[in-house]
Amino acid sequence: MTRNLILGSMLSSLVVLAALVSFVWTPFDHTAMNIPAKLQQPNGIHWLGTDHFGRDIFSMIMVGARTSIAVALVAVGIGMGLGIPLGLAAAARKGSWLDELIMRANDLVFAFPSLVIAILITAIFGAGAVNAIVAIGIFNIPVFARITRGAALSLWEREFILAARVAGKGATRISAEHILPNIANLLIVQGTIQFSLGILAEAGLSYVGLGAQPPTPSWGRMLADAQTMVSFAPHLALIPGSAIVITVLGLNLMGDGLRDWLDPKLRLAR
Amino acid sequence: MTLLDISNLSLQIGPVQILQDVSLSVAAGEIVAITGESGSGKSMTAFSVMGLLPETAQASGVISLSGTDLLTQSEAQMCALRGQSIGMVFQEPMTALNPVKTIGDQVMETILIHKAMQADEARTRARTLLDRVGLPADRFPLSRYPHELSGGQRQRVVIAMAIALRPKLLIADEPTTALDVTTQAQILELLRDLVREFDMGLMIITHDLAVVADLADRIVVMRHGEVVETGSTQALLHNMQHPYTRMLFAASNHQVNLPAPPAPEPLLEVKGAVRDYALPRQSLFAKPKHFRAVRDVSFTLFRGERLGLVGESGCGKSTLTRAILGLEPLQSGEIRLDGTKISTAQNPEIRRRMQVVFQDPFGSFNPRHRVERLITEPFYALTDPPKGQEREDLIAQTLRAVRLKPEDAQKYVHQFSGGQRQRIAIARALITRPDLILFDEAVSALDVSVRAQVLDLMAELCDSYGLSYLFISHDLSVVRTITDRCLVMQKGEIVEEAPTEEIFDNPQHPYTRALIAAAPQLPDLEQGAA
Repeated sequence: MTRNLILGSMLSSLVVLAALVSFVWTPFDHTAMNIPAKLQQPNGIHWLGTDHFGRDIFSMIMVGARTSIAVALVAVGIGMGLGIPLGLAAAARKGSWLDELIMRANDLVFAFPSLVIAILITAIFGAGAVNAIVAIGIFNIPVFARITRGAALSLWEREFILAARVAGKGATRISAEHILPNIANLLIVQGTIQFSLGILAEAGLSYVGLGAQPPTPSWGRMLADAQTMVSFAPHLALIPGSAIVITVLGLNLMGDGLRDWLDPKLRLAR
Repeated sequence: MTLLDISNLSLQIGPVQILQDVSLSVAAGEIVAITGESGSGKSMTAFSVMGLLPETAQASGVISLSGTDLLTQSEAQMCALRGQSIGMVFQEPMTALNPVKTIGDQVMETILIHKAMQADEARTRARTLLDRVGLPADRFPLSRYPHELSGGQRQRVVIAMAIALRPKLLIADEPTTALDVTTQAQILELLRDLVREFDMGLMIITHDLAVVADLADRIVVMRHGEVVETGSTQALLHNMQHPYTRMLFAASNHQVNLPAPPAPEPLLEVKGAVRDYALPRQSLFAKPKHFRAVRDVSFTLFRGERLGLVGESGCGKSTLTRAILGLEPLQSGEIRLDGTKISTAQNPEIRRRMQVVFQDPFGSFNPRHRVERLITEPFYALTDPPKGQEREDLIAQTLRAVRLKPEDAQKYVHQFSGGQRQRIAIARALITRPDLILFDEAVSALDVSVRAQVLDLMAELCDSYGLSYLFISHDLSVVRTITDRCLVMQKGEIVEEAPTEEIFDNPQHPYTRALIAAAPQLPDLEQGAA
């Protein structure tokens, strides 16, 4: 286990823990306004202070973690769920019209700046967590399709795949039985990286008001709300900002660490 | 005076002892062959001389090149020596050259790095060198790129680079292992001439004892990082002291006894098989050209027969194998197994009756599955695969048949050596009792002693399982002992077909004759192979 992996998993589990605990307990109701107690600095009662409506920031961060994780998780799920089969299919039928179709469609999606298209999708279909998930998820598909195809192609040349073909197994079965388990490492690592990108994308969409809608708290919208008050209440921006940084850093470190840990060659080198 | 003198060289990498008290010497104008099986430390000895050991290696002893102890030289001093005093030829000519630089530039590079002469002078020298190694100016201008050359031609470029500054010592690490026999003969001839001409010392590392016997003045036999025997070639060959040396020579020339084949009854019929590959389009609207890898090949393999298919790389034998296995389509002609036509469409009937053993004992298994699952993969083609106890019994029986233990079923493939893996591959091919097995260079990657065991196993299985197989190989000595009849393939065509002994004793086609003449021969040893 590398230092990266340990530190990364600790930071990531902290965030996941916060999200899980928020289902059963938060210090305050995250929607409860308390105008007299507005804009408090962090103190003994409100651990991370209160916002301009007097809502408890600690509670909002906990519930916000829920939103971030849910959006990123489902988005990665969409990306993996569609991207991996597409990549496997393209590799299995290398050079065919199917391969061309899948990969050119991927290029097309890649050609657009993802956040701009996500904004377009949410602008057309309406703002909200579900549309944000779909928008982010679509851009994960080509990432996974490409990485899957690349790794699978080199495996298809290996003799154990030929042996499986001689045994009469078809492309689907070989892909599921032989290819996928051998590229799982790579996909898991890419998954954690896409997960952190998903969290950033969700924060970005919420920041422009196209993510989860109030009263569901979201780190991105907390940042946007804090914008006008940053001169006299900087903690309003610093706290959700730090939450995003910690989560993304944790996931990236974990991805790096996992890659080193799962790669037997690098493991030997240590 | 000796040129290179290695005394008591010991080498450790991490906790592993790689070399133990290795002592040997090479004189100017002398060819010394270091031989041994994989893991014997022969390449590491060469790397020690070149100073190309990994960072973590700890070496002790003395490597003296004309009086300079190489082990005490700094990296900068070694850089000055490499290329200048020591030249090296690597095994794989495909990767030893930089694909984006011309051959002229690469030969000049060695000269220019050592600031031996001006650029235009170096260019003249590069030209002379390429002429000398057999790449004449009219066909091989300096502006050629490596991909435009064949393997043997590339190896000539590598040799030209190695001798560019007339080094006193040339180290060649398996220089012909990746080459075809006819090319191998030419490269060995070239090396021998260069040694005489430049009065170099040549340290050649090879696992091929026939090459050793043919080329070397002196032989060093290594095992497990130690020198077990050394002596002048003639003396050593005729008076082998160490049992390991004797075993090695005996295994290199291993003969098996095949049971007599039954009366001919066609099993596999190949009729007029043609396989084309599309080449990349030359222009947008031009029709892509085709490369014909297999040209109108016809032959019949009889039930119970062991048929050999010999040819050099690129002759189309692998393509033919894949077509027989139904992995690739034919453009014309047909292949029938016991009357049923083979096509790329999935036909469980065909799948069940034909199996294959590949060359690479490391690449032919999914590293994530246990042996039990690996060898039962062909069950997939069965309509009623054995289950429960019956399955267990069959696995145990098959593992025993290939001289492995039934307990091995629960292990992963990385827990086995190369030879054991090849046995697992044979077990996988045997388990459904197929009518026909294709051995695609199945023993080419194995050490001689392991190869001898696998060949013995195959001969045994011919008896107990009544095998029919097609044995595809470039290695004539192996084909000679393990087949009844033999096909010789050149440029996609079968040029000769005859019983194996006849092919070797009385080859008809000029290509067959060239192949047999080029293959290095072990000398007849009266007492050695006892």
